[in-house]
Amino acid sequence: MDNHDGGKGMNLTLKVWRQKDSRDRGGLVAYKVENISADISFLEMLDILNEQLVAKGEDAISFDHDCREGICGMCALMIDGQAHGKDKDATTCQLHMRRYKDGDVIVIEPFRAKAFPVVKDLVVDRSAFDRIQQAGGFVSVNTGNAGDANNILVPHDKAEKAMDAASCIGCGACVAACPNASAMLFVAAKVSQYALLPQGQPERERRVLAMRAAMDAEGFGHCTNEYECEAACPKGIKVSNIARLNREFVRAMVVSE
Amino acid sequence: MKLDPKVPTGPIEKSWDKARFELKLVNPANKRKFKVLVVGTGLAGSAAAASLAELGYEVEAFCVQDSARRAHSIAAQGGINAAKNYPNDGDSVWRLFYDTVKGGDFRAREANVYRLAQVSNSIIDQCAAQGVPFAREYGGTLSNRSFGGAQVSRTFYARGQTGQQLLLGAYSALMRQVGAGAVKLFPRREMLDLVVVDGAARGIVCRNLTTGATETYSGDAVLLCTGGYGNVFYLSTNANSCNVTATWRAHKRGAAFANPCFTQIHPTCIPVAGAHQSKLTLMSESLRNDGRIWVPKKKGDERGPADIPEEERDYYLERKYPAFGNLVPRDIASRAAKQVIDEGRGAKGALSVYLDFQAAIKRVGEDKVREKYGNLFDMYHHITDENPYKVPMRIYPAVHYTMGGLWVDYNLMTTIPGLFCLGEANFSDHGANRLGASALMQGLADGYFVLPYTIGGYFAGAKLAKVGTDHAAFKAVAAEVASNTAQLLAVRGKATPQELHRKLGRVMWDKVGMGRNARGLKEALAEIPALREEFWKTVAVSGSEESFNQTLERAGRVADFLEFGELLAKDALTREESCGGHFREEHQTEDGEAKRDDRNFSHVAAWEYAGEGKEPVRHAEPLTFDNVHIAQRNYA
Ligand SMILES: Cc1cc2nc3c(=O)[nH]c(=O)nc-3n(C[C@H](O)[C@H](O)[C@H](O)COP(=O)(O)OP(=O)(O)OC[C@H]3O[C@@H](n4cnc5c(N)ncnc54)[C@H](O)[C@@H]3O)c2cc1C
Ligand code: FES
Repeated sequence: MDNHDGGKGMNLTLKVWRQKDSRDRGGLVAYKVENISADISFLEMLDILNEQLVAKGEDAISFDHDCREGICGMCALMIDGQAHGKDKDATTCQLHMRRYKDGDVIVIEPFRAKAFPVVKDLVVDRSAFDRIQQAGGFVSVNTGNAGDANNILVPHDKAEKAMDAASCIGCGACVAACPNASAMLFVAAKVSQYALLPQGQPERERRVLAMRAAMDAEGFGHCTNEYECEAACPKGIKVSNIARLNREFVRAMVVSE
Repeated sequence: MKLDPKVPTGPIEKSWDKARFELKLVNPANKRKFKVLVVGTGLAGSAAAASLAELGYEVEAFCVQDSARRAHSIAAQGGINAAKNYPNDGDSVWRLFYDTVKGGDFRAREANVYRLAQVSNSIIDQCAAQGVPFAREYGGTLSNRSFGGAQVSRTFYARGQTGQQLLLGAYSALMRQVGAGAVKLFPRREMLDLVVVDGAARGIVCRNLTTGATETYSGDAVLLCTGGYGNVFYLSTNANSCNVTATWRAHKRGAAFANPCFTQIHPTCIPVAGAHQSKLTLMSESLRNDGRIWVPKKKGDERGPADIPEEERDYYLERKYPAFGNLVPRDIASRAAKQVIDEGRGAKGALSVYLDFQAAIKRVGEDKVREKYGNLFDMYHHITDENPYKVPMRIYPAVHYTMGGLWVDYNLMTTIPGLFCLGEANFSDHGANRLGASALMQGLADGYFVLPYTIGGYFAGAKLAKVGTDHAAFKAVAAEVASNTAQLLAVRGKATPQELHRKLGRVMWDKVGMGRNARGLKEALAEIPALREEFWKTVAVSGSEESFNQTLERAGRVADFLEFGELLAKDALTREESCGGHFREEHQTEDGEAKRDDRNFSHVAAWEYAGEGKEPVRHAEPLTFDNVHIAQRNYA
C-alpha cells in the first residue's frame, strides 16, 4: 500500500509513556503506526497516531510542541533514552522519520527530573527555569533608560560568543540528559551571555550568585562533569560555559566578601 | 459604532509629541491602583507588561505556552528595522516612514507609521542595553543588513534568530518584574472570552490548560497581544498554537475587526512535502541579501539545477525589478513566483523556485555565509535532507503574517473602551503589506514606547467603578464559556479537529489565498458556513474537560477560525481593488501588478459584529495622505 505521501511507508511500534496527571503513576503503552513516510517529522508521525486515537474516541497522547522548527524550546521528548532523539544538534520537532526503518520499536518518554514534574503523558512542568531567570537572568534597565546603542561597543568576537550562549532555547534537554538532572548548562548559558557583554557587568556578581542559589533551591542536581548536557543540547551550547559559570561563581564569592 | 482614530492634528513630525503632551497623566502613587491584564507574552505583550510594571501598575500576564519565553515571536529570524542610519547610507525617520507607507501600498494611517519610525531607534537602544547580542562589526558597533522594499541597510539582527534574542530580552525584563512581585504570571492559560462591564473591558475568562478549570480575572484594562491569525489557512509559517480566538471573541463582544483580508504570503518558505505536513518553515527574507532567485527559462525543464547553464536560467526578479532585484517587497516576490510556476517554469517543473547561494559562496566563502545564515541552512537541511551549501534551496510562497487585526485608534485602543490591542493582533501600521523586519519593530514599539503612555490617558480620563470577579458579568461569561466547551465535547463525532482545519485551510488557500476573484470568494463564502456546520456535527473531541486536553484546545481554535474565515473572505470580496497582499485578479495592471482603486477604497474596513447569523456591518475609516505622495508602487 502506498502511504499518503507517495512512497511505501514504514510500520513501527511505539512504546509511549502515558500518565493521566501528576499524581498518576504512569507507564508505557504500545501502539502500532503503519505506512509512515520517511519524509515526515517525528511529531507529524505522533500527529497521525493521535488523529487515529481521537477518531476512535480515545484520549490523544499529550506532548508539548509549538514552532516545529527548533526555536521555541517547547518540544521535549526522550526518544529511546536520548533527549530529542538521535539527531545531533536538533530538537525533537526537527527529527525526521528518514532516520528510522521499517519494523523499528521506538520508546518515547518525557524529560525526567525531580525539578520537572510530569503534567500529563509526555508533558512536563519546566517553570523552574523561569524562576531561575527571575532570580537574576536580566540586566536591570527600565524602558527608556538606554543611551544610543553604539555607545556600548562590543567586540565582534565577544558578541559572537555571547550569541552562542544566548542561543539556548530553554528546552531542558541538558537536565534530562544529565545523570544528576543538573541545570548547570542552562544557567551557565545565561550567566555567560551577560558575563561576556559590557551590559552585564554592573550586576555580574549578584546575578551568578542569585541564579546559582535559585537553581539549587529548585532541586536540580550538581554537576559532576559528565558532559551529557553538551551532547544532548540541540543548540550546540558548549560545556566551556559551565567552566565560565564556575569561574564567575568563585570570582563573585571573592568579590562579594 | 463610531470610529474615531484620534489622530493628532498638525504637522506629522510633531504629532506624537503633541499627543503625549495632551494625554493626561496618572501620578506615580495612583498607578499602583490600576490593574492591567496583558494577554500574550510575545514581543508586544512582554514589552508592555514589563514596562507597565516598571511604571508602577499592577500587571497580570497570560500565555498559552508553558513559559512566556515561547511566544511565537521567538521564531522571527531575519531582523528588526530602525532608522539609525549607522551605515550612513541616507536613511532617516522620514525614509523609514515613507518606505513603510509605500510598502503597505498606501493603506496604513500616516501618523501611526510616522510614530513607528520615530520610536524605532529607541527600540534598538533599549534592546542593546538589555544585553541582546546583536551582530557587531569588528570595531564593536552594530551591524546592519538589507531587507525587502528598502534601498538602505537598516535591519539589525542576531544571526537568523533575531526574534528569539529580542523576545528573550523582553522576557528577561518581564522576569525581572515577576521576581520583584510586580507582575503575576499565568502560563498555560487560554483566554476564551472578554468581560465587558458598563461598556468597558474589565476582565477575561480563561481555560487553565493544565487543570481544565474555567478561571476569571478582573482588571481595569485588558491588552490583547495575542499575535496573528495566519493559521486560518491551516498551513502557515506560524507556530501551531497561533490562533484568532482572543481577538475573535473580543470582536464578538464589540471590538471592530479591521482589514481581515490583508494577509501576507511570504515568498521564501520550504515547499509542502506531503499530506501530513503540520506547518511550513520560513527561510528568512534576509537570505535574499545573498541568495539569487531563479527558475529555468524553458517550460517543464526536468533537469537538476546544476545541469541548467547560466544562460538558460531566468533570474526573474532581477530581470523585472532591476532597482530592487531580489529585494522587492514580499507580495511582489510571491506573485512573481506564482506567475513563473503557473507558466510551468517551476524548479524541476514542480511547485518551487530556486534560491541559490553559489555566487555568494564564491564571493565571500562558505564560512562567511555560515556565520550569517548558519541556523537557517541547518533548518533547511533537517527538513529537506538537502545541503543548501551545495545545491540551491527550493522555496515556495506560504502564509506568513496578518496585517489585519482588531481596529485600534492612535492610542491602540479598540472600539471597546479599556480594551487595547498590540503587535500583530492589531491592524495598524503595515497597511496591505508588511515590509520585512517591521513586525518586530512594531510589536516592540507598541509594547515599550506607545502603550505605556497611552494607557495612562485612558485611566486618567475614565471613571472606573470597582469590579471584581464576583460581579455578575463574570459569572455569566464564564457560564457561556463552559457551555461552549461542553458543546465541543458533546458532539462525539469522527472527524478530528485537524482534519476539519485542513479542510478549511484548503478552501482558504485555494480561494482566498494568493490570487482572489469574485467567483472563488463567493464559493468560499458558501463553503465555509457548510464546513462550520459539518464541524458542529462531526467533530471528535476525546479526553475530558477537567484535564490537560490538547484536542479540546485545538477544536476551540478551529471553531473560531471557521467563523473568522468567513469574515476574511467577505472582506476580500468587498474590497474591489488589489493592494499589497490582497490581489484581486479582476484588478491588475497589464503586467500583472496590483491595481489599487484609491477613489473608492482608500480606507480601512472595520467590521462590526451584528450577532449570530446576522450580516456583519462594514464601517470605513478614510485614509488621507498629506505627507507621502500616493502613486502606483514601482520597484523596477
Ligand atoms: C517564522 C517567522 C519569522 C519571522 N521573522 C520576522 C523577522 O525577521 N522580522 C520581523 O519583523 N518579523 C518577523 N516575523 C513576524 C513577527 O515574528 C511577528 O509578527 C511578531 O513576533 C508577533 O509578535 P506579537 O507579540 O504580536 O505576538 P506573538 O509573539 O505571536 O505572541 C502571541 C502571544 O499571545 C499568546 N496568546 C495567543 N492567544 C492567546 C489566548 N487565546 N489566550 C492567552 N494567550 C494567548 C501566546 O501565548 C503568545 O504569548 C516572523 C514571523 C514568523 C512566523
Ligand atoms: S516545537 Fe519549537 S523547538 Fe520544537
